[in-house]
This record gives sequence, structure tokens and C-alpha cells, in this order.
Amino acid sequence: MTMIPANPVRGRFERALRSGRPVVTCEIGSPDGSDPADVRKRAKLVRDYVDAVNVPDNTGGVVHAAPIAACAILAQEGIDPILHMTCRDRNRMALQSDMLAASLLGIRNILCLTGDHMIHGDQPETKPVYDVDSVILLEIASHLTRQGKYISGREIDPPPDLFPGCAAEPFAPPYEWRPLRLRKKVEAGARFVQTQIVFNVERFREYMGRVHDLGLDKQVPILAGVAPIRSVKAATFMRDEVPGMEVPDALVRRMQAAGDDKKKREAEGIAICVEIIEEIRKIPGVAGFHIMPINWESAVGKISKEAHLQPAIGAPKLPPDAPKPTAAAAPAAMPPVPVPLAPKV
Amino acid sequence: MEIHEQVPEMVKPLGRVLHRHAKLNLQLNRALAPFENSAKVLMFSCNMCGQCLLHENGYTCPMNCPKQLRNGPCGGVRMNGHCEVKPEMECVWLKAERRSRIFPGRYLFLRIHPPLDWRKKGSSAILNAVAGWPGDVKANGKE
Repeated sequence: MTMIPANPVRGRFERALRSGRPVVTCEIGSPDGSDPADVRKRAKLVRDYVDAVNVPDNTGGVVHAAPIAACAILAQEGIDPILHMTCRDRNRMALQSDMLAASLLGIRNILCLTGDHMIHGDQPETKPVYDVDSVILLEIASHLTRQGKYISGREIDPPPDLFPGCAAEPFAPPYEWRPLRLRKKVEAGARFVQTQIVFNVERFREYMGRVHDLGLDKQVPILAGVAPIRSVKAATFMRDEVPGMEVPDALVRRMQAAGDDKKKREAEGIAICVEIIEEIRKIPGVAGFHIMPINWESAVGKISKEAHLQPAIGAPKLPPDAPKPTAAAAPAAMPPVPVPLAPKV
Repeated sequence: MEIHEQVPEMVKPLGRVLHRHAKLNLQLNRALAPFENSAKVLMFSCNMCGQCLLHENGYTCPMNCPKQLRNGPCGGVRMNGHCEVKPEMECVWLKAERRSRIFPGRYLFLRIHPPLDWRKKGSSAILNAVAGWPGDVKANGKE
């Protein structure tokens, strides 16, 4: 088994995770049209506030443009993209060739997911593929990188330098098993973790406690997912219709109390998100935040300013009128989470 | 040594003989598969993948999962423990976790299971485990 020496030139996202400072990433919506300017417009709204940008792969089983194209545009713009790769639509051959294609386009961060089932989407009659699952997808990504071979054993020359990551789901049963499943993913080769959106901080604290006991937060950086709620409708939809998302009734009531006025309810949604970020900051083992503004990219800037989040690498380019974070309001430094070098296979 | 570790040790010599006689192995596999699989379908609603994980999952077939996950539950389990795709069905992984408490081999949950070999679908999983899958072997007995 020959080990390929890791490429010393790493992406901005990996360098940010290694810096030990809290990292911020966010998600932008995949375009629903054929205009590349749409991707650039979304990217422009978030680029100054984050270290890397995720592009989801046909979220909720609804067809959008393939994220690999949006990620390539982001890479052209100088943003480090994180490509979501799901097992729903592609078998292991297509997944391997897409990983190489991503490498060719300058995309190296790959978030390996099982994928939302198409039953929730607009074309539920489609044949599901699910040839492999997210754990095996992580194994494939790290196999291509570390061994320099396809899973068949055939050489790749030169091998891709991928940085695979995984998702974590603390909010769905069986709760006591979820940390063990995360350990499985870390063993399979995950180098970073982004969690499901945290609305129930109590449950997340419990989960992180178990993760801490297993020592996983020392092995991989874990980014806590947060999202602003835009309206009562969005909150009740996430609570009732999206399995694996837990929205406490208290939050829904707060959104109802904010009323129907657009400005007011959006401000309340962002305030809730900032409060959750402050709560999560107190939990040990969290290496940063992953903001998921569901098709509401302009909220990322507001959340970053109000919660004093800044990218780990590079000076934050805040507009001149923004209030500077004072020493008292500045967040307490989080303990650095070391990113391991590729462990032995 | 527990029973699920003893049995494979006991049948190893038989497996070696069958592995050497590939044609016999193939014929035996074809003959046994319908009986084995129909029994498992009736008892455990097996999906005849030919690479059985029933003994590791509390005799719950993970191939009943709409996403056919073999490495644990996805993030779409509902609050009541039911499947996101089939709301009337309990998540197979919750069921497996519960049932595995009364069977040996529960620690095998933590193992990373290799992806499915789709060529083995419909063949006899027991014979595959004992004597190796005969599909790799050419008719003349050479691999």
C-alpha cells in the first residue's frame, strides 16, 4: 500500500480549520435557472463573511442545477466551495467520476451525504439509486485521495486531493446511537463535520457531550448548523414536514408574536438565530458555525455582524458603517480543534 | 467463543471443499437459493441481496430501508421513529437496534459494512459465506 504524500497547498477552508479560530461557512441555494450571474450574485452576498460556501445537491429531492457547476463558478470567484455529494442519483461509478471532475475544476471539499429521498420532491416517481451510503461515500473519497486509486484498484494519475466531510444529525432518533454513527463516519475518513440546523440547543448540548466522551471533537472539527427563521410558515413547515429537524414550539410562538410585518418577523428570525449561536458558543467541542439561510443569503451578513462571527482567515471586510465589535462583546475564543493529518488506512 | 463465531469455524472444511469444486458450488448455490431465500422472505421479509446481515442486525433486513442503507439510519427518521419515506413503517434501524439486544453480535453494529455486490443478488447468502461466491469462478474451475 503506497501512501501518496498529501498536497502541501491546501484550500482556504482546510487552512481555516487548522488555524484553531472559529470557522464560519454558509450555504447558498443552487440556481434554478441557466444564468451564471445568479450564482455570482448569491456568492457576492456572503463572500466576505465566510471561509467556505456550501452548494447543496438537489435539496429535498427537488431538481436544481448540478452543484458542481455552481461550485466551479465559486472557485473562479476565489471562494473555496464545499460540494454536496449525495448517493440518491448516482451509483459508485458516477460518484467516483464526479469526485475527479470536481478535482479538475478546483473543488476539493466534498460533503458526503446520503441524500434526501425524492418522495419529498416534485418528481417522486423517479427511481432511487442509493448504490452506496454516506459512510461508504466517505470511504471512497478518502480512498481516492490516500491510495491514489479507484475502488477497483486501478491507478489515478495524479490522484485527487479531496477533503471529505460529513453531516451529523443529533435531532432524529435513535438519539443514543447518533454519536456512534458519527464515529463510524470519522473512521470512514470524514475530516470535518457540519451538523443539522440546531434549534433545540438542549438536545445538541447532550449530543456534543456524548461526542466529547467519544473523543470525536478532538479528531475532527465540528461546525454547528444554524439558520434564521423567516416566517411562521417556514417554522411550522420545518417542524412538521421536515423529518430530522426539531423546532421547539417556543420558537414558533416567538415568530407568531413577531407578527406579519416582513421587517419585524425577519428581524425576530435573525435575533433567534443569534441567540442560538450565543448558546452554542458555550458548548465545548464546537469548532465553528455553518449558516444555512434557506434561499435568504442576505441574512448571512446580518447574522455575522450581530453574532460577531468572522471568517478564520483574512480580514473581514465589513462595510464602514457597521459597528465594530467591542472588547466586551467580542466572543470568547474557542479552544482550538486540531485537524488531524490523514490517519493511516 | 459465541455461537455465531463457532458455526463458521465448524463448516470451514466443507467450505474449502466446495470452493475447490466451483461447478458443484454453483449448482448447489442455485439449488439452495430459492429455499433459503423464501424462508428468509417469510420470516424476516428478506430482500435476497445474497450478502446477509440479518444475524448482525437483530434479524431485521436493512434492505427494507427505502434508501437501502447498510451502515445505520439516515437523518430522516421521524420523531415517532418512523421512516420519512414510508410514514407507516418503523425505521428498520430502530427496529434492528431494539431487536439486536436479545441476539448475540450486537457490537457488529459499529463495523463499517462494505457496499453491496449487486452480482450476488438472489444467490444463497449462507453458501456465499461458507464457500465463497461461485460467480467469480469460471466454469472450468479456475478463478
